[in-house]
Amino acid sequence: MASSNFKAFKAELKADLTLAYRNKSALFNPLLFFIMVAVLFAFGVGPETTVLSTLAPGVVWVAALLSSLLALDHLFREDYDNGSLEQLVLSPHSSSGLVLAKIIVHWLVTGLPLIIISPFIGLMMQLPSQAFGTMILSLLLGTPALSLIGAVGVGLTAGVKRSGLLLSLLVIPLFIPVLIFGASAVQAATMGLPVSGQLYLLAAFSMMSLMLAPFAASAAIRISLN
Amino acid sequence: MFSAKQLECVKGYDSLFKDIHFELHLGEVMRIHGTNGSGKTSLLRILTGLSLPETGEVFYNGVNIEDDCEAFNQNLTYIGHHNGLKADLSALENLQLSQEYLAKTNDISAESALEQVGLSGYEHILTHQLSAGQKRRVALARLHLSRTPLWLLDEPTTAIDVDGVKHFEQTIEQHALNGGMVMLTSHQDLSFGQANTLALNLS
Repeated sequence: MASSNFKAFKAELKADLTLAYRNKSALFNPLLFFIMVAVLFAFGVGPETTVLSTLAPGVVWVAALLSSLLALDHLFREDYDNGSLEQLVLSPHSSSGLVLAKIIVHWLVTGLPLIIISPFIGLMMQLPSQAFGTMILSLLLGTPALSLIGAVGVGLTAGVKRSGLLLSLLVIPLFIPVLIFGASAVQAATMGLPVSGQLYLLAAFSMMSLMLAPFAASAAIRISLN
Repeated sequence: MFSAKQLECVKGYDSLFKDIHFELHLGEVMRIHGTNGSGKTSLLRILTGLSLPETGEVFYNGVNIEDDCEAFNQNLTYIGHHNGLKADLSALENLQLSQEYLAKTNDISAESALEQVGLSGYEHILTHQLSAGQKRRVALARLHLSRTPLWLLDEPTTAIDVDGVKHFEQTIEQHALNGGMVMLTSHQDLSFGQANTLALNLS
């Protein structure tokens, strides 16, 4: 059973990656949003270097958080509408495993590009150069938690039409700790302070949500389908 | 054996149906009859375990399906109102994914399953470019891959043409003669040849 579970997991992973490749707007929308927030912020605040670089850690993290929130709605929406989620739940394989495959693809498509583009945003926001490494690392450790926690909220609201507001209300409170420690890690790095504490906590958030979120999300989907 | 006891389904404040009993044995086909809105789809969803009934229980081989849904799912193929096809995957890719989802499959390839439902040549067309009937055929191609004893089918012949319906009837008959069980809803006149066909009325 374990090996057939893994085969189904791989098949789901492959199918979702193919879908993401064919539907590139899902890839570029959150990324564009991330860039736009940072650019507009830089214009809005003005070219004052010291102000920008003080704000940079918070702006990068808030923009990353909002753009992953924006991308979340796609996670189960199409599959709910076309009936694939029913088939997923009724398959004899572990539905939390299949849900995890969907979340992994979602993170690869919407989370990873943000991290790759983040150094440019850092440059634009005049982030001190010693904080770049921490910024990338904090996003790498923190954004998986956003996708995983978000999946539980999306699962619960999959059956609700125009669920954007409800979803935000559900998941933003859970995103706040990730935001606080993510931004504070980058902040500390700009001042040359040690950052390992915040990074460990981000990693802990991600590990904990990796353990719990797939089960919670698949249970949430069952409730939505009922 | 697949059976249900005293099933009741409530939508809003209204009871859609109550006191539904049935027993379905190996080799039998059961058609659910009822007018629009009489709860055929709701009943099928309860029988798959997707929805919970207000009262009553569903048993597979004497075991309540809620108690061991993993074992039950290994024996089940469900084709619902929605086809369960991803719009941006091709017919073949969709079917290959379904094949991975199924616990018990025949030794035929997804390609030959598509051929059997008359879609050879359409393997690499994206599903959203297919017509409604062709999409339904892709969904029905799952039945050729499936070796699970129990099939639950919700309006399987919607949008299917005359030849397709005939082929579908043969598929069901063959499954029943091989010792499978089928429950389905349909508004069309279907006949399953030598298969033992029962009726369940909702009203």
